[in-house]
Amino acid sequence: MVGEVVKRVLAIVFILIIGFWMAKALDQVPFGQDRMLVGKYYLEHVEEETGAVNAVTAVVVNYRGFDTLGEVTVLFITSTGVAALLWRKKRKRTAKTEGSVVLTTGARLLLPFIMLFGAYIFIHGHLTPGGGFPGGATIATAFLFLYLAFTVYEIDHKILEPLEGLTGVGYVIVGLTGLAIGGYFLFDWIWQTWGIGKENIGRLLSAGFIPIIYTLIGIKVGTELTGIVDNMIKEPEEGGQ
Amino acid sequence: MNPYYFASIALILIGLYAILAKRSVLKMLVGLSIMETGVNLLLISVGYVSGRSAPILSEGITPDRAVDPIPQALVLTAIVIGVATTAMALSVVINLYDRYKTLNVEEIRRLRG
Repeated sequence: MVGEVVKRVLAIVFILIIGFWMAKALDQVPFGQDRMLVGKYYLEHVEEETGAVNAVTAVVVNYRGFDTLGEVTVLFITSTGVAALLWRKKRKRTAKTEGSVVLTTGARLLLPFIMLFGAYIFIHGHLTPGGGFPGGATIATAFLFLYLAFTVYEIDHKILEPLEGLTGVGYVIVGLTGLAIGGYFLFDWIWQTWGIGKENIGRLLSAGFIPIIYTLIGIKVGTELTGIVDNMIKEPEEGGQ
Repeated sequence: MNPYYFASIALILIGLYAILAKRSVLKMLVGLSIMETGVNLLLISVGYVSGRSAPILSEGITPDRAVDPIPQALVLTAIVIGVATTAMALSVVINLYDRYKTLNVEEIRRLRG
């Protein structure tokens, strides 16, 4: 017990020291001041260069599209890693009771609306806050809902895994098409070369390949998070290590 | 001191305390997530410019009336990577529990000998 108290006191002293130095450092960073350098360039050129009005989306998908491909790869590795870590020979749902009436009815009723809302978020990524990642997470919550409500529900793996792979390949194909047309990977050929949607900036059909890539990312994130939920919710059968 | 900076430092320290002082692996993971939230809030508040709006150039928002988009893009990435690491860590925790039937780090250390 004494060891426990000593440990807590040491922890508190440690975090107080760290907190003091963080506060001291942040004292030199005045809040709310304009200190944009690259950000200013992005804000001023985002409409003519990418066609998107949401500068954050333009940075994530267009200017730094290659990094986002890496980010999607990290998510893919995570979903593979979770599957590998939780791999057992025989695994199935072990929940004993169905969800309550409220949960089951709510899941049935809300499912299409949650998916619609998720799709809305990722399709409008270049116009409104959000984009592929939150949209995909919203879609995954719809499936989480189903898993929680019904004891026997399991997603169709024949559709889930191929869809996950295809969307990832789709992202690379979009990038390679840019390489073929414009000379570098993830060149936005729809906006820069074809000039589609130049007259309706701020509407849905603009911003070149951003809606396409964000739709792919949205589906990919949705399937990957659903796969993670599926892996975590299933347990090995009795004696079936 | 600015309330946003204060809140983010407080979140980081609360998370750090959970990691240092708690014995359950699951609580340490919760602490890690809280720390992550603190870091994200810190990045966003460093990028804020007083009196300006979100960097979405809709009606009335010209480039000189929007905040810095770069910290927000950075935090978008950080959140996704945070979800990824949390999922990985949780599956390691599930394996730990399968093997040792406990989540207490000190007991796990003792069981390993």
